[in-house]
Amino acid sequence: MTLRYPFSAIAGQDELLQALLLTAVDPLIGGLLAFGDRGTGKSTAVRALAALLPEIRATSCAYHCDPDSPSAQCDACRTAAAHKLRKLPIPVVDLPLGATEDRVLGSLNLERALSHGEKSFEPGLLAQANRGYLYVDEVNLLEDHIVDLLLDVAASGENVVEREGLSVRHPARIVLVGSGNPEEGELRPQLLDRFGLSVEVRTPTEVATWVEIVKRRDAFERDPEGFTTQWSKHEDQTRRRIVKARKALNDVEVPDPILERAATLCINLKTDGLRGQLTLMRAARALAAYEGAKRVTDGHLKRMAAPSLRHRLRRNPLDETGSTTRITRAVAEVFGA
Amino acid sequence: MSEAALACALLALDPSGLKGAVLKGDASAFLAALSQLSGRRPHRVPPHTGSDRLAGSIDIAATLKSGAPVHDHGLLAEADGLLLLTSAERLPPDKAALIAAAMDRGAPFTVIAHDEGIDEERAPMILVERVAFLLNVTQYEPLDIDVTAARALLPRVTLPDRITEGLCQTALALGISSIRPAVMALRAARAIAALDGRVSVDDDDAGLAARLILAPRAVTFPAPAEQEPEQPAPQDAPEPGEDDGAPTPQELADRLLDAVKASLPAGLLAALEKNLRQPGSKSGAGAVSQKSGLRRGRPAGTRQGEPRNGARLALIDTLRAAAPWQPIRRRANPLRTGVHVDKPDFRIRRFKEKRETTAIFAVDASGSAALHRMAEAKGAIELLLADCYVRRDRTALIAFRGREAELLLPPTRSLQRAKKSLADLPGGGGTPLAHGIEQAMLVADQVRRSGGIPLVVFLTDGKANIARDGTADRASALRDAEAAAKALRLAGVRSLMIDLSDTRTGPARKLAEAMGADYLPLPHADAARISASVSAAMQA
Repeated sequence: MTLRYPFSAIAGQDELLQALLLTAVDPLIGGLLAFGDRGTGKSTAVRALAALLPEIRATSCAYHCDPDSPSAQCDACRTAAAHKLRKLPIPVVDLPLGATEDRVLGSLNLERALSHGEKSFEPGLLAQANRGYLYVDEVNLLEDHIVDLLLDVAASGENVVEREGLSVRHPARIVLVGSGNPEEGELRPQLLDRFGLSVEVRTPTEVATWVEIVKRRDAFERDPEGFTTQWSKHEDQTRRRIVKARKALNDVEVPDPILERAATLCINLKTDGLRGQLTLMRAARALAAYEGAKRVTDGHLKRMAAPSLRHRLRRNPLDETGSTTRITRAVAEVFGA
Repeated sequence: MSEAALACALLALDPSGLKGAVLKGDASAFLAALSQLSGRRPHRVPPHTGSDRLAGSIDIAATLKSGAPVHDHGLLAEADGLLLLTSAERLPPDKAALIAAAMDRGAPFTVIAHDEGIDEERAPMILVERVAFLLNVTQYEPLDIDVTAARALLPRVTLPDRITEGLCQTALALGISSIRPAVMALRAARAIAALDGRVSVDDDDAGLAARLILAPRAVTFPAPAEQEPEQPAPQDAPEPGEDDGAPTPQELADRLLDAVKASLPAGLLAALEKNLRQPGSKSGAGAVSQKSGLRRGRPAGTRQGEPRNGARLALIDTLRAAAPWQPIRRRANPLRTGVHVDKPDFRIRRFKEKRETTAIFAVDASGSAALHRMAEAKGAIELLLADCYVRRDRTALIAFRGREAELLLPPTRSLQRAKKSLADLPGGGGTPLAHGIEQAMLVADQVRRSGGIPLVVFLTDGKANIARDGTADRASALRDAEAAAKALRLAGVRSLMIDLSDTRTGPARKLAEAMGADYLPLPHADAARISASVSAAMQA
């Protein structure tokens, strides 16, 4: 197992890192879309997350069900009298381009079928990613039929397989993280809407930032162990903060006036559906929790407006005004300059 | 010493830092030299290598034969030598992604991608991005060098901070957006110093590294001298004049840029332009390609065949096919246990793939058209683009004016880019209609070869006045245009002619007939109607 680049050591991509952390604080925010140039650390950040997040307690089944939440367990776990428990790092599963449906959904286990004559289910990537992250690099190039599958599962939190004489359903609560380069193709609006947050990742333009990134990267590649140890303190700090924020999350107050302003913002921006407003509220709450605040303020709302809403604006595909600009304008209107 | 030879030595010296190379031209000599220098054997991976062979899967045929599961771990897990990707420009994006993921995991192999593409074809960006060297090997002079000494030296090589800064500034000035090349340039600079038997990187090493790794990726080129302040001002160049008169990072960056400029091969400017125009579009915007229908898409039944090259075994159907033969086979082979499945029973799954439509807009931007109705034409195209966006079609844009036709936008799904190149469309000049039609045919052919369905939409008044040989002669220009139109019809490309002229009986109509195109005069067509008729043509 090769060492992963430490999350805390990623420089110059603050918005991306913050958004990722918030999805860890409240998975219900529902995923993240990172669009931007190549080689800006998108994949590194996502993959680093697995090592950063606290381990989860899980049953020993193929879907590593949550022992404390029977409603989100697979059939076997729900009916089992006792669970054998284990600790696991949060799964971060890569979905490669060109993955087949079988690979994603799971399929008939050929090995057992051929050698033992048994009909059994071989879990796919969705099963592996249950309770964790499913990362799709170049998500905009993903084939449509795979996109359809993901949409369905992301919405229901459950994977239903009805094929090859199999009839299986298992929990698949996944946080979908997609990255890509918009120059190479756009994403269907239906899929866009499934991502809770979206960030635009840019190449840093200051030499100082570049130097810092390059130096750290170089140091890591030359001595992964040493570098990881050196950053372990930062990693621990961030981890503790996430754990704390998770505990505090339910106690963070969201005052009604804040909700109203969030609603006004969404109405003014004409976002489709309610998902935008819900995400905005959750993201602002997660941010407040992460920063140790007791209640959500305008400040939290303002900062989360762009990442929660920018991909949900009904877009005249030919309008060049960037979504971010439109949101900034709307925010200024609602909150007063 | 040639760049290729140096790159070869560096790759042998620091394979884990430099990862590999994309080669154009003669790969064999380079490969032989690298193999000899590094003592590692090349493993050929042609583009049709199955994903299952790359990533590993269960070996069905062997499993059946032995009755116990036989696993194939896959090339990417096993390979530790040189991974030679032949015809890398044909490598499908999904396989490129698998290889890239393995590289990200720190797989021990060195990737040598041999790019045999011409023109627009390129090795997948996802790989180009991850290897250090992009080389054009015309002739390879072997280098008599021993890397063992340098290898021992390499871990001790130090690199002053100002060189890191200089390399970063150079990368920025060249408009490189990815961090990876900068990191690899650092590694290369170290390796160069080690190769030279030194334990400290000097400016020349950095210059060489910049030339080798950063120069081929340049997107922009800083204008000389007076434009200098455009670079982000060096934040108070850190302690100027630290060690006795060593150049500051800024000065060093300038020198590195000079080194880069000095190495510019003749064709680079053209290549730069290309870089600008189609950033990475080859990596997979056209991800939908295979027509084979055995690998992806929506399931569409099964057929007899062998589960190879990514085709998936349809187990139930295989067993069903085997079922009637069981009593006979058992009698013939009483010792064999279990279900008797033989090769002819194998059924593999078929998939139906939606073939992607690519709308190729060929726009007459000549004076005659521009004066009259360019704005209307642009409006019409914008509507069509919006429609393409909804239908997830790809679009391409060709403009013909003056003496030639130009592909402004290779097929893309990115609406932003289509919109932008349309907005930038210049107007004026003659009407080289024949060129326009031929260019459209070329693109249509490319689209077809990659498995899509081309649809050409012409927007012109049909008043050709530049012949194929470039002479301004109306009669021969029309003749040439008609010949090209007929060729288009013969090629069986669907097309639509939107007539920008005021009359409905003009040359455009004739051309439409010659190319078998649907004809639509603009004067009586509002933009919405045009859009509707393109949609109709696409659905047909």
